[in-house]
Amino acid sequence: MKAWIAFWNILLKDVRSYYLKPPNISWGLLFPLVWITMFLIRSGMGMDKLPDLLPGLVSLSILFGTTSVLSVTVTFEKKGRSFERLLLAPISLQLLMLAKTSGAILFGAINAFVPILAAMFLTDLSAVNWNFIVPAIVLIAVSSTFLGLFIAVSVKEVFEAQTFSNFFRFPMIFLCGLFFPVHSLPVFLRPLSYALPLTYGTDILRGSMAGTNMMPFGLDFLILSVFCAVLFYLTLRNINKKWIT
Amino acid sequence: MIHPKTNQTDDHQESLIQVDRLSKRFDEIIALDEISFSVNRGDIFGFLGPNGSGKTTTINILTGLSRPDSGTIRVAGLDCTKNPKAAQHLIGIVPDESNLYPELSGFDNLCFCASLYGMRKNERKERAKELLDLFGLHEAADRKFAGYSRGMKRKLTLAAGMIHRPQILFLDEPTTGIDVAGARQIRQLTADLNANGTTVFLTTHYIEEAERLCNRIAFIVKGRINRMDTPENLMRQTQGQHIVQFAFQATTEKACRPIMAEFPDCRCKTVSEGIRVESPQPIRVGPLVRLLEDNGMEVSEAKKILPTLEDVFVKMTGIEAKLMKQEKEKKMGGPA
Repeated sequence: MKAWIAFWNILLKDVRSYYLKPPNISWGLLFPLVWITMFLIRSGMGMDKLPDLLPGLVSLSILFGTTSVLSVTVTFEKKGRSFERLLLAPISLQLLMLAKTSGAILFGAINAFVPILAAMFLTDLSAVNWNFIVPAIVLIAVSSTFLGLFIAVSVKEVFEAQTFSNFFRFPMIFLCGLFFPVHSLPVFLRPLSYALPLTYGTDILRGSMAGTNMMPFGLDFLILSVFCAVLFYLTLRNINKKWIT
Repeated sequence: MIHPKTNQTDDHQESLIQVDRLSKRFDEIIALDEISFSVNRGDIFGFLGPNGSGKTTTINILTGLSRPDSGTIRVAGLDCTKNPKAAQHLIGIVPDESNLYPELSGFDNLCFCASLYGMRKNERKERAKELLDLFGLHEAADRKFAGYSRGMKRKLTLAAGMIHRPQILFLDEPTTGIDVAGARQIRQLTADLNANGTTVFLTTHYIEEAERLCNRIAFIVKGRINRMDTPENLMRQTQGQHIVQFAFQATTEKACRPIMAEFPDCRCKTVSEGIRVESPQPIRVGPLVRLLEDNGMEVSEAKKILPTLEDVFVKMTGIEAKLMKQEKEKKMGGPA
């Protein structure tokens, strides 16, 4: 019970201090909306084609919603030594890091529903298979958050966290099948696509929204879950190795 | 007022922290070299040493922020060598730099720190108010921590360290970089806390602070404990030592030369106030003044000095305490 009081308050503090701040909202929401508008205008597609673009928009919203703040704040707190307060608290490192990441996961998942809600008013989404959408959104949010955390723990400076986040995020927009399928990429780039967790999350969204998935959902979910577990494990190992020297 | 120093070392006292042959190395640098010590319940245990001597490394290991290469640690009977989390609920830490959240108010910072120890909402609020009152920060309770002065930040960091009423409080250089009044208040609060039953582990480079507060002191130099005892026993090192300090009308750098030549039993060194003459025999001031004046130096003051713990420290470690203090203050950006 005591550990959960700590968990809840770490989450609450991060949501208030970081996630509800305008810069985060602008990165998480405005940026993907600008992208999709650009795609719609550039391609001359009508609103009936929106379900084809929606998986990419949802993935993009989650990716930027989860990673825009987390990697920077963790690095910032580490540098300012306030992170030491958390490491000194009598709660396990696993629970602590889950508390630190829950805000990002929550914000990323909420971000995902903004374009979905908007699309509901603009086009017909009756063919969408909603049963897989929610778990896919949650897993994409978790894997993207853990990727952000992994980056944060791997660097020392705040600017490095920003640079490395973008180093991963921007290629992922093109490599993970957000706006065009992975099989349309040059062959030499495809292994990179399969090495990124967002590819599998986007595949589930594509399959659920437009029926154009490349792999069975079960396999996508399995691989995505493995990514989450491995990234979390590596992050904890890095913290133990680098921060508790 | 400060501290009654009633908790004298007693073999029958319960040992709250027990460290045995603790070692830590950072690449080629040996930070701790098989140090062993114990802190009894009710102690104010002072850990004195220059920058880089291993004070903060010791605190980091004892609190779980760092891992030892070898050795054992027991805190309140719990083995913390392999599981540093085991005793974290019993300890409070005030690091050498104020590390609270700049975006939160003083009150919210304390409530948040309380929540990390599982305290419930009402209990958190009551305790935060109590500590803000105790530290005279109630008027700044709703101001953001980022806007606090250095002294206020230090006090709030101390309040955060004791929010959960820990059995052991680790204070890492608590008064460095803050003004005299603030430092004095922190010393008094530390003494009061100890009088109410909290065991304090204090690292400092202010020797007079340790002398005033601590009932046991360890000198640590280059990762090794040089000497550990009560201040009274440490002071016995200087028994039979006589010191006279001379001040001059004008600055002079050569004042020691004639003294050393004429009185070979005396040790003489230049200090900021003038010169300091030390001898195992009682010093007769008259002949020294005459000698100095015969050599063209106008003595404005001559006074006998009682040996202090600083003298013991210098004697035992060979490190000039003032130099150590200046070095730290330069690093922290201001005097205490």
